[in-house]
Amino acid sequence: MSMTYSAPKPVRPTFRASVAKLHLNTSSTIAIAVLIGMLLFAFLLPLALGTPNAMGDLSFGPPSLAHPMGTDDLGRDVFTRFAYGARSSLSVGILAALTASIIGISIGAIAGYSRGIVDIALMRVSELFQVIPRFFLALLVIAIFGSNIMFIILTIGLLGWPEVARITRGEFLSLREREYVMAAQTIGQSKRKIIFSEILPNAMPPLIVAMTMQVSSAILLEAGLSFLGLGDPSNPSWGLMLNEAQQFLTRAWWMAVFPGLGIVITVAALNVFGDHLTDVLNPRLKGAH
Amino acid sequence: MPTDVTATTPDKWTDKPTRSRSEAFASMRYIALKLISAIPMILGVITVNFILIHLAPGDPVSILVGETEPTPEQLAALYAKMGLDQPLWKQYIDYLFGILQGDLGYSYVLQRDVVDLIVDRIPATLTLMLTSLIVFTIVGVALAVYVARKPKSAGDQAGSFLAVLGYSIPAFWLAQIILLIFALELRWFPSNGMVSSRHMYEGWDYFVDLLHHLVLPAFVLGMRYLAINFRYARAAMRDALSQDYITAARAKGLSERRVLFHAYRNGILPVITVFGLNLTDILAGSVLTEIVFGWPGIGRLMYDAMYARDYPLLMGIFVFVSIGIILTNLVIDIVYSLFDPRVRQQ
Repeated sequence: MSMTYSAPKPVRPTFRASVAKLHLNTSSTIAIAVLIGMLLFAFLLPLALGTPNAMGDLSFGPPSLAHPMGTDDLGRDVFTRFAYGARSSLSVGILAALTASIIGISIGAIAGYSRGIVDIALMRVSELFQVIPRFFLALLVIAIFGSNIMFIILTIGLLGWPEVARITRGEFLSLREREYVMAAQTIGQSKRKIIFSEILPNAMPPLIVAMTMQVSSAILLEAGLSFLGLGDPSNPSWGLMLNEAQQFLTRAWWMAVFPGLGIVITVAALNVFGDHLTDVLNPRLKGAH
Repeated sequence: MPTDVTATTPDKWTDKPTRSRSEAFASMRYIALKLISAIPMILGVITVNFILIHLAPGDPVSILVGETEPTPEQLAALYAKMGLDQPLWKQYIDYLFGILQGDLGYSYVLQRDVVDLIVDRIPATLTLMLTSLIVFTIVGVALAVYVARKPKSAGDQAGSFLAVLGYSIPAFWLAQIILLIFALELRWFPSNGMVSSRHMYEGWDYFVDLLHHLVLPAFVLGMRYLAINFRYARAAMRDALSQDYITAARAKGLSERRVLFHAYRNGILPVITVFGLNLTDILAGSVLTEIVFGWPGIGRLMYDAMYARDYPLLMGIFVFVSIGIILTNLVIDIVYSLFDPRVRQQ
């Protein structure tokens, strides 16, 4: 008679318990509210608004009731474009961060779990990617291969993985020595099962912080590239709007002010939230930031 | 019988133990290891660039030439130099040795060697970066030391808020807003360039004119330095102030100023390393700032190269800047190890 061992099912914490664990204070509560608001705004509002490229009769109209953020050089409503811009900027940020995380976690997990020569080789490669100026390389790659939004997401994602990989590796190096991992090895669980169901879930807290930071740096990187005119013209992002605003700075300040505020508010909220998570997850550093 | 005096007697004057031979050896070994570890990095950067040239759509020569129309002699020379009929590894070796000898290619758009074009722009970029770096590092660290005494005070909160903003504001947007307010509306500062083009100032007047142009871009760039330095110096000061030797210093009855100085010396070292780690982000910010303010540095050169589809120049700048970052980090590591012997033991 064969016996199979199965671990007791973990008790899922209730939603309220999870929220209580976050130890929210004023600034982190505001940050979370801003992020949720911005996500709703970016992904729901464009559905209700017209196309971002609809041209009106009024060029360079200052902010008014009809156009809360004014109109641009072609008479397009800046508010509509702002909402679509939010969608592009956030999508690029989130998708690029996901790309970076998938690559980073895979590489970090392999390096940390196998150790030895594989670890050394992978970490050398990640060091190389850390010293290479990301912005310059992204600019070069997109200038050569063209600015299509999927391509921009991939490029930014491919350049962001080393940070995630290093954190994953560190966690794996320490977690693989824990008793429950040894227990899993003793009962003959497969390597894949150990990596995915024993180690990875326990390595998640610092990785979530790293992913938050990836989103904010991806949004900034995309904005910088779009500002240089390397953005995808068919998907207006906040950076692209700032690129268009540059030549009309004196005539239409609203074209520059609102998209920029969108970036600052979103990125600042992500950074505050990330810092807060770091504090909560790492009590030793409490108050260090 | 001659004896080695320095090796046996402690140095009475400085009250420090003399460095033993093994310590000097550890230090040399550390520097050598660091130097060796920079080599694969530099090779890596050059390899990335080589791969890009060959992955680009179209044949490599047409990528490098872009939309210009080089003379038949130039084309023949380029084909001969790239050696496209040679096996790929041979092309790679030739390319590698070319770069290591300082050959970053030729700009067909500007009809000049890429190295010369870059070298021309270095002074402008360094003037902006270094001024901003020095001024705002001092401001950031001073602010951090000042608020470290009173955590959670209004000053501490304000400083932290400023640091979050410094991290979150895209340099080019801050540049646009500052330009709009202080140059275009108030007209306190010039909006473009490094010196006035209408007047040819000399001597002291030239310096004042340069400074006048420098204020706005240096401020924009400096917000980032301020944020980075404040954040890390504050964390380091907090950490240092909680150590036993601070408690001991307080117990001895030292004045709070002396105590702070004790913490300061140890708290400030990490700032150097942090600068190295943030160098790539800082350079990106400096490129974008240069572009908004028309500052004639490497960033502006890169922007123009991008619009002219001048790929040899773009790639040359990429290789140049990457190697610059690797070497700067190398120097930082070595300097740091001289200050903090614990690093060498790793």
